[in-house]
Amino acid sequence: MVDISVRKKITKIFWIKLILSPILMFAFAYAMVPIYDVFCEITGFNGTTGRINSEQVYAIDESRRIEVSFFAMTMGGFPVQFRPKINSMEVIPGKFYTTSYIAKNNTDKVIIGQAVPSVAPTEAALYFKKLECFCFNKQVFEPHQKIEMTLRFVIEPELDKRIKDVSLSYNFFKIKS
Amino acid sequence: MTTITAYTSHHSPEKGLMRWIKTTNHKDIGSLYLWFAFIMLLIGGAMAMVIRMELFQPGMQLINPQFFNQMTTMHGLIMVFGAIMPAFVGLGNWLIPMMIGAPDMALPRMNNWSFWILPFAGGILLSTFFMEGGAPAFGWTFYAPLSTTFAPDSTDFFIFAVHLLGFSSIMGAINIIATVVNMRALEMKLMDMPLFVWTWLITSFLLIGAMPVLAGAVTMMLTDRNFGTAFFDAAGGGDPVMFQHIFWFFGHPEVYIMILPAFGVISHVIPTFARKPLFGYSSMVYATASIAFLSYIVWAHHMFLTGMPVAGELYFMYATMLIAVPTGVKVFNWISTMWRGSMTFETPMLWAVSFVFLFTIGGFSGVMVGIAPADIQYHDTYFVVAHFHYVLVTGALWSIIAATFYWLPKWTGKMYNETLAKVHFWWAVISVNVLFFPQHFLGLAGMPRRIPDYSLQFADFNMISSIGGFAFGTSFILFTYIVIDCIRNGKPADARPWEGAKGLEWTLEPKAQYHSFNKPPTRELIKQESQNS
Repeated sequence: MVDISVRKKITKIFWIKLILSPILMFAFAYAMVPIYDVFCEITGFNGTTGRINSEQVYAIDESRRIEVSFFAMTMGGFPVQFRPKINSMEVIPGKFYTTSYIAKNNTDKVIIGQAVPSVAPTEAALYFKKLECFCFNKQVFEPHQKIEMTLRFVIEPELDKRIKDVSLSYNFFKIKS
Repeated sequence: MTTITAYTSHHSPEKGLMRWIKTTNHKDIGSLYLWFAFIMLLIGGAMAMVIRMELFQPGMQLINPQFFNQMTTMHGLIMVFGAIMPAFVGLGNWLIPMMIGAPDMALPRMNNWSFWILPFAGGILLSTFFMEGGAPAFGWTFYAPLSTTFAPDSTDFFIFAVHLLGFSSIMGAINIIATVVNMRALEMKLMDMPLFVWTWLITSFLLIGAMPVLAGAVTMMLTDRNFGTAFFDAAGGGDPVMFQHIFWFFGHPEVYIMILPAFGVISHVIPTFARKPLFGYSSMVYATASIAFLSYIVWAHHMFLTGMPVAGELYFMYATMLIAVPTGVKVFNWISTMWRGSMTFETPMLWAVSFVFLFTIGGFSGVMVGIAPADIQYHDTYFVVAHFHYVLVTGALWSIIAATFYWLPKWTGKMYNETLAKVHFWWAVISVNVLFFPQHFLGLAGMPRRIPDYSLQFADFNMISSIGGFAFGTSFILFTYIVIDCIRNGKPADARPWEGAKGLEWTLEPKAQYHSFNKPPTRELIKQESQNS
């Protein structure tokens, strides 16, 4: 037989573990939020695009061409007309390109919105890097204002050679003010 | 014997209603859990009847689509959180102390609390029907943004009810772990424990791992709805798909929470009526533990259509297939136990044998939906409905009914009416297949789940399914009668009413007394009654 005081100590440790584990699992549910974000950023899961801070020099293969298509959507009755300036362009991986999206506020009110990007196919998301994007910040639309928002991006040459078409879509959401 | 009588008369239960409110006795609380689960089963079943009535013919007949969605949502929630889970906790309360030679649960007062939370949680959940906007109608999986941006105000009551139910389950699980670890007879080693105790112990670990994650998910919903956070709102930088990840991180262990104790029950019933020791006791224990571990790493197989990268789909597909291995070990062991046994088919055995057969059908259709490319066809169709009803009705519920008939003599000291019970079995087993089997065909043909109306080509199978549903629903009237008749007029049963039964609970009096095992059982007795021989 184990000594009674030792047994009491074992029981106490056991208790602490039993009560702590549900609390830790509750915290884990919240920890999944940042874990999920980091996971999406690293893997390009969910079409999450990447961001770079300066123009890098890549090895360029002039013979490769990728067709990039641009899409624009608005969610939940967002009262802004939103469209890409051009619908598609041919891109050489490793070169930087600039294009833009156009948005027009048709109301008499100030509207604040946030664009959320997504790239398909998801395997391409990891190599789609943006130097400049209106999706990095909230956008403020004055009443009846029409603005042109620039986008500067590069598709990295590491992209799988089998991928010939990439779509970039933006979804504008209204932010509660 | 005289000393025992003196002791129990001193500690006999209080009279009247207060006995049930104040009780800390594991047998009383077990009964309360079982009756609560049974009432919830009838309420959830009534909702299923409404669903089947509306689906009897194409077109909108009886109810409007909004109410139909409330019915499917509440049917799922009530059956999962109100019927199956409390029924297993009730069985665990009744049986675990008697099986491990303990006088009671380790934490009797917490036990009382964890039961009495339940009627309030159930009441809050059901009260949403009478609120403006009606009950939750977003499906039992409550995906965001349906449950956040577009849900009725009553959703906050639903969230609170889920919090309470989670609290109750976590406390129940802690209690069972503490009981098995601290209250087990000193002479009983872990590998002497009956399988029902083993499966419940492992289930408890699943509960304390998974239920807090569910609590986290509904808390995020609550703050998204009312306090301006944006966990699942893309406008604020959140992601609705993340809700599905968090939900299924809880949800997949949850399905094993509902089936592992069932495996335990079946592992008691089959050896008894095959009059052979359980084949492969230790492999059963390890298989249960493997299933529990795997259940935490396969969740995204519910989400093959959310646009996952191929690598993710492959990983979750292979991990899912892997679960078929330990589950196959279990089915193999049950069949081997029956092989060349002196089998008789009393009612519990009928339920157990049909469990093995029908649960395996559900397991196979589970493997089918787990195949990522094939799931594109099956996803959100009636095939999925058929699959999870085969594992939850003819799996979990079947084992609960088997357990009820198997241990009813020990609980009441009386024998149920065997003839009526057999009639009930054949009635239920035929009607349940008429009810759910055609749903496989409906799903393969493309009928989506959770819709109140359907195209004409689905009409025949839906009518057959509904007829089976009504027959299965009415079989519970007979079940109620058999149980009440047993309690009131049953003939006295023996202490060990089943010839081949093994287990410490059968060494007690015919009707287990209010307090059992005031003295722990001896090593010889434990060895003699062990399943591991």
